[in-house]
Amino acid sequence: MRWGEIIRRLVLIPPTLFGVCIIVFVLLRVVPGDPIAMMIPPGASAADIDRLRAFYGLDQSIPQQFITWFGQALSGNFGRSISLHQSVFELVLARLPATLELSAMATLIAVGLGTVVAFTGVYVRGRGAEWAIDGGIGVFLAIPDFLWALILLLLFGVLIPLLPITGRIDPQLDVTFHTNFYLIESLLTGRLDVASALLQHMILPAVALALPFAALVARILKASLSEAEDQDYAQIARARGFSRPAILLREVFPNALIPTVALGGVQITLLLGGTVLVERIFSYEGIGNMAIDAVINRDFPLIQGLILTFAILFIALNLAVDLLVTLLDPRLRHG
Amino acid sequence: MVDLAVSGPIARPSQWRAGFARGGPRLWIGVGLVGFFVLIALLAPLLAPHDPIEQDLLSAQLPPAWMQGGEVTFPLGTDSLGRCVLSRLMYAARTAIAVALIAASLAAIIGIAFGLIAGMFGGWIDQVVSRLIDVWMAFPPVLLSIVLAAVIGAGLTSVIAAIVVVDWTRFARVVRAETMVQLQRDYASAARALGLSRGQILRLEILPNLVPLIVTLFAVEMGIAILVEVILSFVGISVAGDVATWGGMIVEGRQVIYQAPWIMAFPIGCVILSVIGFNLLGDGLRAALDPVQRR
Repeated sequence: MRWGEIIRRLVLIPPTLFGVCIIVFVLLRVVPGDPIAMMIPPGASAADIDRLRAFYGLDQSIPQQFITWFGQALSGNFGRSISLHQSVFELVLARLPATLELSAMATLIAVGLGTVVAFTGVYVRGRGAEWAIDGGIGVFLAIPDFLWALILLLLFGVLIPLLPITGRIDPQLDVTFHTNFYLIESLLTGRLDVASALLQHMILPAVALALPFAALVARILKASLSEAEDQDYAQIARARGFSRPAILLREVFPNALIPTVALGGVQITLLLGGTVLVERIFSYEGIGNMAIDAVINRDFPLIQGLILTFAILFIALNLAVDLLVTLLDPRLRHG
Repeated sequence: MVDLAVSGPIARPSQWRAGFARGGPRLWIGVGLVGFFVLIALLAPLLAPHDPIEQDLLSAQLPPAWMQGGEVTFPLGTDSLGRCVLSRLMYAARTAIAVALIAASLAAIIGIAFGLIAGMFGGWIDQVVSRLIDVWMAFPPVLLSIVLAAVIGAGLTSVIAAIVVVDWTRFARVVRAETMVQLQRDYASAARALGLSRGQILRLEILPNLVPLIVTLFAVEMGIAILVEVILSFVGISVAGDVATWGGMIVEGRQVIYQAPWIMAFPIGCVILSVIGFNLLGDGLRAALDPVQRR
């Protein structure tokens, strides 16, 4: 990934987002189920219904609706949610921090866990334990986040009720937040009791999201470490009498890091996409949970806004990973 | 020389055996698990102790037979409507395997077609297909499948369509890249030198070499299809209530998770085992069919 390539990718972002907008817009307009019908009180007159339809712009043709919506979206106005009667932009902005905190926590857990497993796997290379670790990685990779969520829910919510299984924070906890980054804010303001309550709610969904990703990190990193350890420089370091852990950490790890970031980084989007169901399962108030409600309520403006949000996050993450790889890899940096 | 262009690798029995040996335990366990579920799916009407939709409200939420209060006639207990969990699991296996087969086949056909065309012809055709894949990849797959299923409405068709529309890119991306790699190989140049048309090269030369890859992807895709059904059940847009599906059973069980956790646990177990089975099968097949790619 050279700088020219990154510029090319930047240029491709607007058309990609435009494509996403068009597909979502057209898809939603052929949905059976009328959002207006779901919000009117019984006994509303036909004139009332028409007025509401006109208010949300649903009386126009699909291309017309798209032009109106797209024009407004360019100026930062993503319309009003039909089911929640608020600005889509504000709704998404209010919920997004919850999802970002959850995903960041999950990524931290995954990277930590994956790195430890990868190093253990490489360290026991060639022994029976390696076979067991590879098998374990395979299993964890095959089972997706939402199934882990269900398993964790059964294990630690029901069978051994250790942790709360719904929501982001206890409703009886009396705190007011100035931002929607609850965890970061409570940590910064020193409210450790609040932070621990938030963490207790976050840990199960975060672990569920993290497990498949951790397995992925472990698999890629382990393969890269094995490959790097077979290279001459590692063998020479060995011959000079450095211990194996020292070689793995200081010589092999930096070189194994690049392919891991390149291959694994892209998959963070999978983790982010996984929040949709995992948040649903744990009733966690992020944008994923909101998206499912929006689909169920046929809330067109909100679905559009949410999918666009996810698309922007996906593209931004991919780009960030490419940048990181370019910065990490001296060959590409100077290439 | 002419033979060179048309003769493909012919699998002899000894090669099959060698392939199975290369696949190792992954292949065996995968074949075993998938075979187990396929067998259950085929034989569900013979094996199931009860009619899967037969309700017995007097014996609702019975625990499995080995737990206190369980009955032998309901080996894995009953759900909230008093339906036999074991029978429903077996019939759900039928739905799962059928959906997985159809959805994976359709996704494969569409994805392979797009991938081959893009890889073979390059130029603006490749640009169009690649941009299309880019746009698709920018969607959260779960959300896209949910929106799609909402578009088409509840039902098995909807589940299958959602899987196909979301996942054709998986085949398209891999097939496109691999076609480009294969086209660079000497045998493709040789075929071109022999005067074979593009269509012939694709059909006779490239496609046979893509088979190991496609078979592997196909097995993995079947596992994914089973998962998508569960996802859609969670949003209530999978199949109608009386058709037994693992996803539907999980969602029903979720509602009584505190009173009867086993109702949810068994279908989760089935989904996990079948998905692991398909993944191991895919991994094993890759190793068995293509010694070059063996890890």
